[in-house]
Order: sequence, then structure tokens, then C-alpha cells
Amino acid sequence: MSERNNIFNEIDWKLVVLYLLLVLMGWINIYAAVYNEDHRSIIDLSQSYGRQMIWIITSLFLGLVVLLTDARFFSTFAYLIYGFVIVLLLAVLAFGTEISGSKSWFQIGSFAIQPAEFGKFATNLALARFFSGQQLNIKSFRTRFIPLLIIGLPALLIQLQNDTGSALVYSAFLLVLYRMGLSGNFLLAGVMFVVLALSTLMVGYLYVIPVLVVLAGLLLFFIRRNRRNIINLLALLMLGIGFIYSVDYVVDNFLGAHQKTRIHVLLGKELDLKGAGYNVNQSKIAIGSGGFGGKGFLNGTQTKYNFVPEQSTDFIFCTVGEEWGFIGSTVVIVLFILLLSRIVMVAERQRSDFGKIYGYGVASILFFHFAVNIGMTIGLMPVIGIPLPFFSYGGSSLWSFTILLFIFIKQDIRRNAIL
Amino acid sequence: MANKSLASRKQNVIAIFVVVGFIYLVRLFYLQIIDDSYELSANNNVLRHIIQYPARGLIYDRNGKLLVYNEAVYDLMVLPHQVRDIDTLEFCRLLEITPEGFRQRLIKARNYSLYKPSLFEKQLSKETYGYLEEKMYRFRGFFVQSRTLRKYPSPIGAHLFGYVGEVNQTIIDKNPYYKSGDYIGISGIEKTYEEVLRGKKGKKIKMVDVHNREVGSFQDGIYDTVAEMGKDLYLTIDADLQEYGERLMQGKMGSIVAIEPATGEILTFLSSPAYDPNLLVGRVRGKNFGSLVKDPVKPLLNRALMGQYPPGSTFKMVNDLIGLKEGVLTTSTLYSCQGPGSSPIRCTHNHQSPLNVYTAIQQSCNPFHWLVYRSILNNPRHKGTRENYVIWRDYVMQMGFGHKLGADTDSELPGNLPPAETYDAIYGKGRWSAMTIRSLSIGQGEILVTPLQLANYGALLANRGHYIVPHVVKQIGDIPTGENRFKKVTGEISPASYEIIVEGMRQVATLGTARWFQIKDITMCGKTGTAENPHGKDHSLFMAFAPADNPVIAIAVVVENAGFGSTWALPIASLMIEKYINGEVSRKQIEEDMMNKRLF
Repeated sequence: MSERNNIFNEIDWKLVVLYLLLVLMGWINIYAAVYNEDHRSIIDLSQSYGRQMIWIITSLFLGLVVLLTDARFFSTFAYLIYGFVIVLLLAVLAFGTEISGSKSWFQIGSFAIQPAEFGKFATNLALARFFSGQQLNIKSFRTRFIPLLIIGLPALLIQLQNDTGSALVYSAFLLVLYRMGLSGNFLLAGVMFVVLALSTLMVGYLYVIPVLVVLAGLLLFFIRRNRRNIINLLALLMLGIGFIYSVDYVVDNFLGAHQKTRIHVLLGKELDLKGAGYNVNQSKIAIGSGGFGGKGFLNGTQTKYNFVPEQSTDFIFCTVGEEWGFIGSTVVIVLFILLLSRIVMVAERQRSDFGKIYGYGVASILFFHFAVNIGMTIGLMPVIGIPLPFFSYGGSSLWSFTILLFIFIKQDIRRNAIL
Repeated sequence: MANKSLASRKQNVIAIFVVVGFIYLVRLFYLQIIDDSYELSANNNVLRHIIQYPARGLIYDRNGKLLVYNEAVYDLMVLPHQVRDIDTLEFCRLLEITPEGFRQRLIKARNYSLYKPSLFEKQLSKETYGYLEEKMYRFRGFFVQSRTLRKYPSPIGAHLFGYVGEVNQTIIDKNPYYKSGDYIGISGIEKTYEEVLRGKKGKKIKMVDVHNREVGSFQDGIYDTVAEMGKDLYLTIDADLQEYGERLMQGKMGSIVAIEPATGEILTFLSSPAYDPNLLVGRVRGKNFGSLVKDPVKPLLNRALMGQYPPGSTFKMVNDLIGLKEGVLTTSTLYSCQGPGSSPIRCTHNHQSPLNVYTAIQQSCNPFHWLVYRSILNNPRHKGTRENYVIWRDYVMQMGFGHKLGADTDSELPGNLPPAETYDAIYGKGRWSAMTIRSLSIGQGEILVTPLQLANYGALLANRGHYIVPHVVKQIGDIPTGENRFKKVTGEISPASYEIIVEGMRQVATLGTARWFQIKDITMCGKTGTAENPHGKDHSLFMAFAPADNPVIAIAVVVENAGFGSTWALPIASLMIEKYINGEVSRKQIEEDMMNKRLF
């Protein structure tokens, strides 16, 4: 039997169908978001929606190429691909073009390509390769340090391009590490630190530190008061206080003015409706005005008046919320949860560690994008400019998400070949 | 290396996904279904974006007298996607338009945009507006937007101010500030100072109820921006003098430009025939513009900047100055004049002979100036006629001729002062001499000047050798601009040479061609010109400044096809000077003669 028949017999159609649904819904919503009465055709190439069609077609082609490539190619060349993307990230720092504040683009003619987008699957490949490579001693320093290096290097380079949003995406790999045996305490600690950071920013460290000390004192009554526990608790308390101070210090000294305002606006400390808060407020108006059933296709008034900025890219979910209402928003969210869960389940059935870890990486990255992007449009997350996977307008992101997903689908097709 | 016991973490990961998804759905449920404030504020019919058009800046004269202000008018706008259930017939009756006109306007608006407001009927009369306002609730999709139009308390300065009109597509494509229906300065200072005068547009978002009534500002007006009124302009123009000049020029074609020599400030700037600037405002503009365009005396032509005339005898001092500078003329140089029998250029006056430079200016002697000019072009210090001509032309350019002066007015023309190449082309290289181009000695031939250049020349003589680029705006808003904005131009010829020429010009007014129009207690220095004109009767020119020793005004007057300089331009200029310096005119007879005589 030829390999081609194999592909279509063994491919996980649920993943493919979910992918196609999201891409098509994205395209329709981009059309509605930037609808231009002079160019009514959805395939008009002078408009974003026409160009998105090109991106979709090329993405499908890329997906097919990935499916036709030997699955072992990706694990074999994982480090090479990773190295190549690191070189690209270095190159863009030196020769890139600055678009809206981030020096993260290569401008080729009228098209712009963002290497950071391709860092995601490259990092994921390298991480999967590392964990699947040999018998690893989970306790060794090397096993703990190298993954952090693999994740941290691209994140650092992207941060240097002044693209904080894309750099933060790499924190999603925490979920992969969790699945690989990282203590759940780290996830809890992560949540704790976020809570501490937010409360420090909201009420100031002068209030948070005493509260923390009192909490630590109370905790002392509930634990066994042996020497080791007391030392650990004190160490944690010191760590917490140090963290609170550093949050304050970093925000005051290192963050740019616009990042600071965005944080303040999210926390409700500042009502800056004409500046940073404008996007979120307009986005909430657009989504909120959709009601239960939405205003209908192309009837979103917020769209017509261009109230919401970046409506075809980062704020594409507004169009969904406004024109398709609660029903449409629910459909999109459910589709994403189905996709993410399906990826996790398919990952679990992999026989190779590489496929499994890679799958978790895919789910983590998509989840992070999904949670942050939709979270910011409904005012639950700070405004971090990252796209909604498969939905947002843009060639680089659609290509990279497609490659990311299809490498995984390809690994899955091949799982039975591994004994 | 996947540990079996870690496999249970699959559930935890999926649980995280589901919990986040659930939280988002709850939030969406709250935003979209429970909290209806968002829905209200974005409801399809609720918001109306109204552009707040700022009033253009006002224009005052040099003494703070208001010359241009604004009057409110009302434009009827339409939002095509909201138009429904309208009693078209009643609507048409109110607006006095036909149902066919109604249909066409609506189609035009729809073609522009269904969702953006379009202009339906501009500048409603106050009565129509009042009546419409009452019934507005019955006409869904229509609303009224207030605009301002220019208004001129006295009908003067039409060419100076220019006019304001609606932007066309070319302007919209070029400059993103302008949107369809905006106004822009089309000519005059309305054009040159457009960016200062226009101010900044604002925006108001109003909520409108289902009956098309405005019920308040959207979200208490936090998205509204206030329109900023344009900055006021304070002109250098003296409105009284301007008006007096326009009255003197009634029925005559030509121009008067007067400049304060020390500052380059233009005191009077007029082109005749003029028109009432109120004619080119609002709904009547199209019709009036059409008839002004067709008028054979060309009232729309700004003769002060675009009329180009041979300077005639007013140009003779230019040659004297260059002769003095080049050393071919001194105060003791004498040339003889054979009167009407002179060759190659005849003299038109009877006077003594031989004569010196003072008398030559005083008597406007043609042969004397021809001989000065010939000695400049044949000057043995340089190589040949051509090189001498190039040097001569340079000096003339330094006096403000042959190029645009750079005034802050619209559409200035450069006049004409041919480069040597032009004569090479006409006569062949090396085949022309002083004799060939002798007309230039008396300001005839190819040379052409604008009234502005002629007045500037007066200021140059008054200042004994320099001029400030002439301008009409003294101050923008509260900030004085004047002196630094316009540069001082100083030629190579020394003030001492100018004193000699000025003495000649003084004698023009006391003993020479202008002696019949002396002003009591004021010494005027001037020069008449009678410019031959191939198309008809000679143009009458006069250029002067006064008082001789402490000049406060330099003036040029051109009256087209009127004959001698001393019969038309001279008396008008002398009246203007008297009016400006003394505040009133004592020579009533001359004043009456000039005002009442009509040449067309």
C-alpha cells in the first residue's frame, strides 16, 4: 500500500475538520471586520480578506507538504530547524524592519514576515527532541537546565525585538514541563506569583507585605513546627517579599510607559478611554452589543465605524461577538476547547515520546494564544498583541500555526509504524 | 521518558482548558446578555457621528478693523441606511426640490456610502431650517449639521482675500485631513493661510432615539473632540486706504499696490474691476462665479499679481542706478537731446539740452536714458555686449524684477526680464547689440512687471537700496510674525547712488512731469510712465513714495489703456498718498474727477 493511502486512512480527521472550521470562520470574520463597500468580493486581492484567502491556500499547501514529509524528518532535524530559527531571530534583530514598535519583521516587497512566529514550532520540536532523546535522569541538573535554555533563548531574543507579547507565549511551555514531571507546585507557585504581582500593582507593596507576613504567621499554627518546615516557610516568605519588591521596582523602572498604562487600565487603576483603555472598551462595546444572537453578518456597526482598532488581527474576536452574538462566541470557544482537548488526547495515544511531548507543546501554545487573545477582548487579560490562532488576519501566524499543527498530525499518522 | 503515573496529568491539563473556556463563556454571558449598557451604546441606530466644523479664523486690517467674519448656515445630511418610511412629497415640498431630485441625491449618497453621512442639501435658508427642525422626527436618516460661511462687512479686498470653496476629489486624495464636503481656501490669503485659518475639526457622537431625535451624548461625550477655531489673521492692509483706492479705481481697469517701505507691509492691494466678495459665498457662488468668468473686463483676474505691464519710463532710474554703479554715469555726465528729432529714440518733452541725470529724470528724457543704457552695454570694462547685458540683468533682478518676490499672496507672476539666451535665440549669438534691444532703456520691449513689483521698486528707492519682501499678514493669532518671516534684500548699488536718483524723482514732483499734482506739505518722489501697449491705448503708470526724507508709503498705480501716466495714474497715486498721510483729501475737485470718470 502506498504511503499516500496510509495518510488519508490514518489521519485524525477530527483535528483536520476542527482546523478547517476555525480557518474558514476566521476568513469570514476578517471579511466582515474590514468589509469595504467598494470591494464587495471576498476574493478581492486588494483587501485583507482577499489576501487572507491566499494565506489560507498556501497554508493548506504547506500542511500537505508536511503530511507528505517523512515524520522522522522533524525529529531528526529538530535541532537544525531550531538552530536555523535562532539565526533568523538574531538576523531580524540586526536587519529587521520596525513595524508598530517591534523590530521583528523582514520586509520583502509588500509582504512582511515575522520570524518569531516560526520560533514556536521550532522550539517545540527541539524540546520534544530533547525529552525523547535518551533515558533522562529527571533529577539531574542537566535535565532541568537544558529545557529552560531551549525555551528561554528564543523568548529572550523576541523580547529584545521589543515584542513582549510573542515572548510571553514561551511561558506556555510550562504546561509541557508539567506533563513531563515538573511538580504541580510550580504551577501553583506560578499562580501565586501572578496573584502577588497583581495585588502589589493594585494596592501597593506597603499593604501586601504585612498581609503576607500575617498569612505566614497563621500558617505556622497549622504545620508541624519542626526546624525544616520553619526554615522553608521563612525562605518562602523572604522569596515572596523579595518578589513583591522586585515587581514594584521592575514596573517603575523597566516597563515602557505604554505597558505600564496597559497594566493600570486592566487593573482598573486608570480609566484611559482615549489611550490604552480605548481598545478594550471599544472591544467590550462591540462584543457586548452583539447580544444573544448577534447583529448578523456584515451588520456590526462598531465595525462600520472602525471603532475597534486592529479588528482583523488581534481583535478579530470582536467581530464574532458583535455579529454572531453569544451563540457565535460560544461556538468559537467550544471549537477551541474541542481542538485543544483533542490534541491532548491524540498526544496521549502516541507511542513515541517525541510525538507525545510535541503534541503537548502544540496544545500549550494554542491554549496560551486562545486564552490571552480572547481574554483581552473581553477585558480579562491585559492587551498583549498576539493573534487568535487560525482566526486572525496574517500570513506568518497562519503559516506557523498550520505547520505547528500538521507536524503533530503527521506524527500521529505514523504512530502505528513504531513498535 | 513518560512516566505512567504522570499520564493522569492529562485530565488536569484538559481541566485547565475547560475551566478557562467556561470562565470566558460566563464573562461573555454577562457582557452580551445580562449587561445591556454595551448594547445600548452600540445599537445600530443609536450613534450619529457629527463632525464639528470649526469656524475659520477672522481677518482684521492693520488697525484691528474686522474685514472677514463667519455666518452660521445649516447643511442637511443624510445617512442612507437609516432612511425609511418618509413622506417624500412633503419632504420635497419643504426643501423645494423635485421628487426626481430627491431620488438622485439619495442614489448619489448611497453610492458614496450606506453608513457614512453625505451632504443632501447644502446651506439651508434660516426659514427652511426652522421649519425642518420641527418636523425632523418624521424624516428618519436625515439630520442637520451647522457650518459657517464667510461674510464681508464691506465689499472690499476681493482679490486679496480670495474665496473659500468645497474640496474636490484631487484635494481629498492628496491630503487626508479633508473629507468630502469640507471647505478649503481656493485663492488669495484664504489659500496661502489655509492651514492657519481652517482650525481643527472636532467630532461629536450623539445618541439618537428611534424617532430620529438626538437624546444626548454617547457615553457622556468622552469620545467627543472639540473643534478648534482657526487662528485670526491681522493684515498689513489699511482698510480705509483700500476702500478709498477701490473707489478711485471704479470704472477703470488696473491696480494699486501700496507698501510701507520700512517693513515691506502692503497697505493697499487692489485689482480693478473688483467685485463684492460676498458674491462668491454660499449657494449663490456658482451662479455669480459663472457671470464673473464671462465678464469681458475680467473682474476675477488679480491684476496686482498677475497683470504684467511694460514699466515704461518708471524704469529709467534702474538704468541710471546701474550706470552710476558701473562708473559710466556720474552727476556731471551731460548728454544732449534733439527733442522729437532725436535718434534712435525720440524725446517726448521739450527741455534744456545738454542735460544731466537730475534733469533727465525730471523731464523723463528718452535720448539721455538711451545713451546711459548704451554706455552700460558697451562698457569696455567687460567683454562685449552679451556679458554687459548679463551684468545689467543681474542688477535689475536685485531690484525685484524678473522673478517672484515671494509675497505671502497667491498666484504671483514673475514678470519678464529675458535672459541673454533669449536674445541669442532671436537674433543669433553675437549678432545683437545695445541698438538691437534699445527699447529696454526706456522700459519698453520685452520687459514686463507686475504692479506689486513696481510698488516694491518704489519701496526700494524709498529705502535707498533695500526692500523687505512685501507681505499682507502682520500677525497670526496672538503671535506677531512680521519682521523675521520676510527677508530683507539688499542690492549691490550704494545708498549714495540712490540719493542721486531720489533727488531726480523729487524734481519730477516739484518741477517735472508730476508738478501739477503736488500735495500740500508733503514732498513726493515719483516717476510717471506711459507704457506702449501693442493691444490698444497706452497704459498709464505712476510709481512714487512719500515723504521724500522719511518715507511711509511707496505706491504703484496702473490704469490700463488710459493714456499718459500723468493724467490717470499720477493723480490717483497722489490722492492715495494724501489720504494715507493726512487722513483726508483736500483736493476735492481732483478726487471727484478721478472717482467719476469711467474708462469702460
